[in-house]
Parts: sequence; C-alpha cells; structure tokens
Amino acid sequence: MLTKRIIPCLDVADGRVVKGVKFQGLRDAGSPVERAKTYEQQGADELVLLDVSATPEGRRTALKTVEEVRGALSIPLTVGGGVRSARDAQNLLEAGADKVGINTAAVKDPELLNVIARRFGRQCTILAVDAKRVAEGRWQVVVLSGADDTGLDVVQWMKDACDKGAGEILLTCWDRDGTREGYDLKLLRAAADAVNVPIIASGGADSPEHLLQGVRAGADAVLAASIFHYGEYTVGDVKKYLKENGVEVRL
Amino acid sequence: MRKVLVIKTGVANLASVVAGLRRAGAREYFSDDPGEVAAATHAVLPGVGAFAAGMEMLEKNGLVEPLQKRFAQNRPTLAVCLGLQLLCAASEEDPGVEGLGIIPEKVRRFPDCLRVPQLGWNMTEPTPGCALLQAGYAYFANSYRLCEQPPGWTASRADYGGSFVAAMERGSILACQFHPELSGPWGLGLLKRWLDREDAAC
Repeated sequence: MLTKRIIPCLDVADGRVVKGVKFQGLRDAGSPVERAKTYEQQGADELVLLDVSATPEGRRTALKTVEEVRGALSIPLTVGGGVRSARDAQNLLEAGADKVGINTAAVKDPELLNVIARRFGRQCTILAVDAKRVAEGRWQVVVLSGADDTGLDVVQWMKDACDKGAGEILLTCWDRDGTREGYDLKLLRAAADAVNVPIIASGGADSPEHLLQGVRAGADAVLAASIFHYGEYTVGDVKKYLKENGVEVRL
Repeated sequence: MRKVLVIKTGVANLASVVAGLRRAGAREYFSDDPGEVAAATHAVLPGVGAFAAGMEMLEKNGLVEPLQKRFAQNRPTLAVCLGLQLLCAASEEDPGVEGLGIIPEKVRRFPDCLRVPQLGWNMTEPTPGCALLQAGYAYFANSYRLCEQPPGWTASRADYGGSFVAAMERGSILACQFHPELSGPWGLGLLKRWLDREDAAC
C-alpha cells in the first residue's frame, strides 16, 4: 500500500535555510545539508527545497546547494523557486533535483508545463500553487510571493495545469503560510476532488494533529517547515502519531 | 572499486543515480557507445522520460543489440523505472512502439480511479526465490507498470489498485520499477548486493 508522505520543506536563500511568515520577515534556520541529513535520519519521505533568493547570484548559489544536498540525501528531492524556463528545470535536475516545482512561470505560460513534462516526464513536473481565499469555497492564485493576484480560480487552474502535464500539485494556502493555524482543509478537499494527481498540502501546519487533518482532508503528502526546524517535533514523532491514528506511513 | 557504466539517455536525471552508486562504493562512467555497453562489467539503464523517447535513444545509438545480449547472458545489468518498462515488448504509453522484448509482456497504465502518477513509498514483498530483493519500502514515481511476473524471473510485488511487479531479478540482472537510489538505506542495500555480483563474462 502506498504510504502518506511527510515532507520537511527548506526555504533557502543564499545558501542558508530561512523561514518567514507569509513569505516575509525571514529567520535563519541553519545549513541546508545538515538539515537535509537530519530529516532523512528522522524518517522524512522526501524533501522540498524552495529557493527564495530573488537575485541571479542567489540562484547560482541555489544550484550549488542542490548539488550538495543531493550528495548527502538518499530520498527524493523536489526543488522550486525561480524556475522560469525548461532550461532552468534542466539545470536543477542536472544538479540533483528529482522533481521541479513551477509556480509563477506556469501562470504566465502554461505551455511550460507541457514542455517540461514532455521532456522530463510528468512525475517530475510539479505545479506549485499559492492559493488565497477570496470567498467561502473560492480561492485565487497569487504569484510573486503573494504580491500579485492573478484572477485565476485555483481549482480551475489545477485542472488546466494537469491537462498540460503537471504530475503533482504542491498546494500552499497563502493565508495560512507560517501562521501555525493548520492547513485550509476546505481547500485541500476541493483540490483532491478536482484532480487525480497527488496533492502535497502546505502552509500553516503547527502540530502533528494539523498534519493528520491534512491527510484526512485528502492530501497524499503533507509539507511542513517550522514545526521541524525549531525542534518541536521530529519527523519520527509525527509519523508515529499518524500511525496511531490509522494512517499508513513508512516507519 | 566497481566501475559502473551508466547509459546516457539524454533526457534522464542521472544525478541521483550517480549519488546512489557512489554511496554504494562504486564509481560511475557515462556512455552511449555500443562497444562500451557490451564491454562494461556492470551497466545501468536509468529511466526517466517516456517509453518511445527511451527506445528511440537506444535505437539511434545502436544499443538495442548489445543490451539484448547482456540480458541473454545474465550479465550484471540494472534497469531502473522506465528501464524496467523498456525490457518489455510494448507499453500503453506509446502504442505501436516496440520495446527491447526481453519480457513478452505489455506495460499498462494504472487505472484512472487512482492518483496517477504513483508518487511515494510503497511496501514491496519478494516472492520465493529472490536473491537480491528483500522486503521493504521503496520509492516509486510511475504511471505505468508491469502486472504479470514473467516466466524465468523472480519478482517482488507491491500493491497500488492491485498487485504489480515492483522489481524482478534473473541471475545478475535486476530491474526495478522503483528507484533504489532514492529508497534510503534499504535501497542502498539493494544497490550494494547487485554491485557485488561478478560478471561471468570477464
């Protein structure tokens, strides 16, 4: 039986792990390689590395970080942030990413998903969506770290992106990111019903209970950063809790 | 130290395979040359990408025959993910395209009622007679799979909307639908056992 995945997320800027609230106010949370090794030992099923540095120089540093993390890691690695072209995707894959997350660039040009999926396969073409709640049961896609509303409906966008070639969706509830209030469960349910690719829940998880809620709302994988970075819970703690509550996990 | 030829496929992400081999104590070299593929003691057929593109690359580089020969002679060869599917006769992914035909079966897509691709860790259970394969969680990233265990091979199986071939072995040939290089210490153990196989042709 396929197990639910626990995915620690490393937001990386200029070679360091950082974490902010609603993408602002970044705090230093250590070395990416050390973090990656620790999480693998704790039983992480996969790792997501998001390059949140905004400059070309930061991006080059990110490629080096990906190489170093790849060398230290024997579980899958997804890398996102700043992927603008098939060439960017290829650079990340060659550096050691197994999957590439595409966000803003896919909104600007959905064909990019098609190009990357055709060249490298759907299984490594991950659509990253930042969703902002605009009304009960309705969410809009926001890009550029929440600065821009696109007017796109999240559910429709996910369907279109899957038609283009997205093989998995990393769904972040922008309103919840870094707030520690738990995932937006209605959003997760709407996503799980709308598409049949795997869904990674992201944004707002603060406790093992939140992760359990995410799984029960239909997520195939749950992503979290803060709860792992500051040592409140290990990945192992979370998996044990999920197991006790009837969720299949790899222990 | 084992030197392992990794077949250059043009599209596949090889960094993880290389990292896995190095952790297992081997050193990789890349080639798409038929003579080198025939001569290598250990060869890896990696697989990311589509069935038709994979076969086209093998045909264009004249690798079909040397690979078929390696399999016929049971020489240490590891096929990963799409690599396993290429051993088959055909795939629903690209109807009409012939595979290497080592296994007279067709690879089929997971049913639409499941989340596809299958992405994540699934429990694999070896059937009796496996020497390399052991029980454990393996990391999968696939939309197509082989259902029937081919005659002459021993297999390990996993379940995703029904039982399928997670991996299979015959002599020194190992074909994995999952990614051993991404399957943690368990996958590393499998890579090491395969690397320990001697090439009878040497």
